[in-house]
Amino acid sequence: MFRLLKRVWHILVHPAAHLSLGFLTVGGFVMGVIFWGGFNTALEVTNTEAFCTSCHEMRDNVYEELKPTIHYTNRSGVRATCPDCHVPHQWTHKIARKMQASKEVWGKIFGTINTREKFLDKRLELAQHEWARLEANDSLECRNCHSMESMDITRQSKRAAEAHERFLFTGEKTCINCHKGIAHQLPDMHGQAMFGPTSDAPEQMSENVEASGSAEVKAYLKTVTE
Amino acid sequence: MLKRFAFAVALLAATAAMAENQLGGLRPDTPLAEESEAPQIPAVVNSDVRQVRNYPDQPPIIPHKIDNYQIDLNVNKCLSCHSRTAVEASQAPMISVTHFMDRDGQTLGTVSPRRYFCTQCHVVQHDAEPPVANGFLDVDSVLDHIIGAGEEGQ
Repeated sequence: MFRLLKRVWHILVHPAAHLSLGFLTVGGFVMGVIFWGGFNTALEVTNTEAFCTSCHEMRDNVYEELKPTIHYTNRSGVRATCPDCHVPHQWTHKIARKMQASKEVWGKIFGTINTREKFLDKRLELAQHEWARLEANDSLECRNCHSMESMDITRQSKRAAEAHERFLFTGEKTCINCHKGIAHQLPDMHGQAMFGPTSDAPEQMSENVEASGSAEVKAYLKTVTE
Repeated sequence: MLKRFAFAVALLAATAAMAENQLGGLRPDTPLAEESEAPQIPAVVNSDVRQVRNYPDQPPIIPHKIDNYQIDLNVNKCLSCHSRTAVEASQAPMISVTHFMDRDGQTLGTVSPRRYFCTQCHVVQHDAEPPVANGFLDVDSVLDHIIGAGEEGQ
């Protein structure tokens, strides 16, 4: 084994005796094109809806839920596919996201969400990851299509125009803060904020004392019941 | 005998009246073997302007689109704007206190389960012409009429 390694090292550190410099240069260039092109092509194949929905986990759950929404069916027929919202378009960020996605391959192999029940149990956690990601990049994937500069609020309904003027244009909130569940069904939102950062205190379901789990509330309830 | 004759005449008259009826259900003038053209689906009124209630306890019409609003065990999309705690951010009208009452009139701390499914009572308004003329009179016009009649009587 050690001898083999030594031989390889010897070949690597010494100039080639029989191959011309031209062959090595051109060959290296051609092979580089083939490898790089192959890598990118393979990467792009994983970046298609057909690839995502080739697994039943995606096809039977989230893809089915997407179909009745505005991002799949609408009057003009322009639509978003899975990677449009879930993978950054820029190369560096795309590669970073793809490396993260190796966790998803792990999940596929070990069947983390291979039944509907397992998926529903895990759905909140998965959703929280996406909310956190979109919050951190200021809803970049939304803004790839929905640009703030091109958004004419006079063509929106009064309600939408007011909300966008108040929260979006001031930068107070980002798209995902209010538009959770725009393309898929929501998990159990008890104790989750429907508006605003996900880390914030629950706003919508704060009536539910048990779920909000605040220490003060618990302490108060203890004094009341005693 | 006369009674039976009168009934036959009445039946004939009713049939004639039905034949004149231009509504004709789902297939107005289409012959049986042909397929009638589907009417266009009317658009939802999305004006965000609150509508007058036709009678005091009418559940208010939803003045905006509610396509794909999720209302189930997990989440109530309507309440994400109309709940007590959400109205400051959303500036939407809060659900009325009657929604906190159970069927015995006891006020609960949160939305009563029987009031949770908004679209059981509240619906959107479609931009459609009513197929039948409506002779409904607002209570105010009835009251005006009664008062007017009373004044005339004096």
